[in-house]
Amino acid sequence: MTDFAKTKTKAITIVLIIVLSLISLSIGAKSFTWIGVLKGEANHLQTLFISRLPRLLSILITGAGLSISGLLMQTITGNKFVSPTTAGTMDWSRLGVLIAILLAGEQSKLLRILVAFIIAFLGNLIFISITQRVPYKSAVMVPLIGLMLGSVVSSLTTFISYRYNIIQNVSSWLQGNFSLVIKGRYELLYIGMPMVVIAYLFAGRFTIAGMGESIATNLGLDYKKTVLLGLLIVSFLTTTIVITIGSIAFVGLIIPNIVSLYKGDNLRNCLFDTAALGALFLLVCDIVGRLVIYPYEVSISVVVSVLGSIIFLLLIFARKGKAFKNA
Amino acid sequence: MIRSENLVKSYGEKVVLNNVSLNLPKGKMIAFIGANGAGKSTLISLMSRIVPKTEGCVYVDNKELQQWNNNELSKRISILKQSNHLNIRLTVRELISFGRFPYSKGRLTKKDNEIIDKALSFLSLDNIQHRNIDELSGGQRQMAYIAMIIAQDTEYVFLDEPLNNLDMRHSVQIMKGLRKLVDEMNKTIMVVIHDINFIAYYSDYIIAMKDGKVVSQGYTDEIITKEVLKEIYGMDIDVQSVNGKPICLYYN
Repeated sequence: MTDFAKTKTKAITIVLIIVLSLISLSIGAKSFTWIGVLKGEANHLQTLFISRLPRLLSILITGAGLSISGLLMQTITGNKFVSPTTAGTMDWSRLGVLIAILLAGEQSKLLRILVAFIIAFLGNLIFISITQRVPYKSAVMVPLIGLMLGSVVSSLTTFISYRYNIIQNVSSWLQGNFSLVIKGRYELLYIGMPMVVIAYLFAGRFTIAGMGESIATNLGLDYKKTVLLGLLIVSFLTTTIVITIGSIAFVGLIIPNIVSLYKGDNLRNCLFDTAALGALFLLVCDIVGRLVIYPYEVSISVVVSVLGSIIFLLLIFARKGKAFKNA
Repeated sequence: MIRSENLVKSYGEKVVLNNVSLNLPKGKMIAFIGANGAGKSTLISLMSRIVPKTEGCVYVDNKELQQWNNNELSKRISILKQSNHLNIRLTVRELISFGRFPYSKGRLTKKDNEIIDKALSFLSLDNIQHRNIDELSGGQRQMAYIAMIIAQDTEYVFLDEPLNNLDMRHSVQIMKGLRKLVDEMNKTIMVVIHDINFIAYYSDYIIAMKDGKVVSQGYTDEIITKEVLKEIYGMDIDVQSVNGKPICLYYN
């Protein structure tokens, strides 16, 4: 693709995000018009600032955060199948939330984040060290290990929550949901943002780490520290999203793959596009979910899974298996 | 200068490198020869610190590897391992620009770009610099990796089987390029190559290994002889002289 076409893709993505954001703000069961907002009518302003805008922002941040997490994991492992869902990161996060609730009750939000983050990070470490020890390194093997590990952790979570009768609390983190987002309940997502900045600053190092330990060491990079930093960023971003929204599959998997098709795998070049496309994708899914059975909502997880799996299949055919050759 | 003292590498009980002490001459093309499993790749991996050693010391310019700051070291020595089947979509130019990482940390200066341009033209990769490496032939890809090492601009360069899977044209092009690095830029290049005739033709100095030990070393005409080759490979190899260069006939 020419440079011009690349710039155009970026511009189109941004314009689409803006247009769809405005549409997203206008949809909902409550009576709401832009004219009302401009006139400064209290109930319209309230709808906008207490419900609609928080929802929009949390969708954009979640979409961007998930796809960046997926991109980072794919870069570090050099495997296009790895993402916070296929590596089991989200399952570990949920286990962490459960442990925090058992330890300190429902009150302490920060403790919950901290514990979930630590457990997610440990889970990522376990995942990476297992994949590095498995002698048979087919590209499909790596995410399979993650999925299996994630399922084990997930059943552990379910078991514990049955025992302590908090299964309902835990299942609310099973499916991502934006319909409960209102002012005051999504701001936790913001604390993940500095991680994106760090990811950008260290982008070159992550790309080099993805080229393998010997090339990384040859170029003077501390391979282990770089991988750890990457996993820290991913764990933190994923945890803030799991705690505020819930888990959403596919975004972290397909968006980086799409961007890689036209932007390549140099992390510095594709961070912005990945974030923007991830936000756009989730925004589209949310709007679709809110419109199909209006005024009710289809859960965004359902929409994401339907659209995501179609796109995933298309991607496999589009790349003619290229991305999925043995690494 | 690179020097090793009593270098040992073992995996569990198995000793793959046994007490290797070497002085590698500077500004030469040095070749490591020996049968499969003789320890050549292990030796250069230890010397270039990408595999940790079990015992012994390696001195780069009279400073032990562990005393070097890793980043400073990567401006002094570089290594390219064999088989780089990376599943990564980078353009040739992007790949080569990573060779400048020890200097620029990812923010390329004008000088970095000049050096990248030079590395590109050095191996005649200019016209494919914007192609993705996953679309290239094996030979072109190998050239791109070598260009990355050239852009790293280190005094010492280790290459582990740089001619693996390459056709004659690419092999000769790479060897000529490496020769130029030694002759014109006074680099020290250390290669592991299996084709004995490429070594006989292009290298200055040879280190012969067997069973994890150095069995003999010396200038090319001292090593490429029937007697020494018999000791290393356990084969009768006929050595002829063609245009003043030794050629080994080992086909029967």
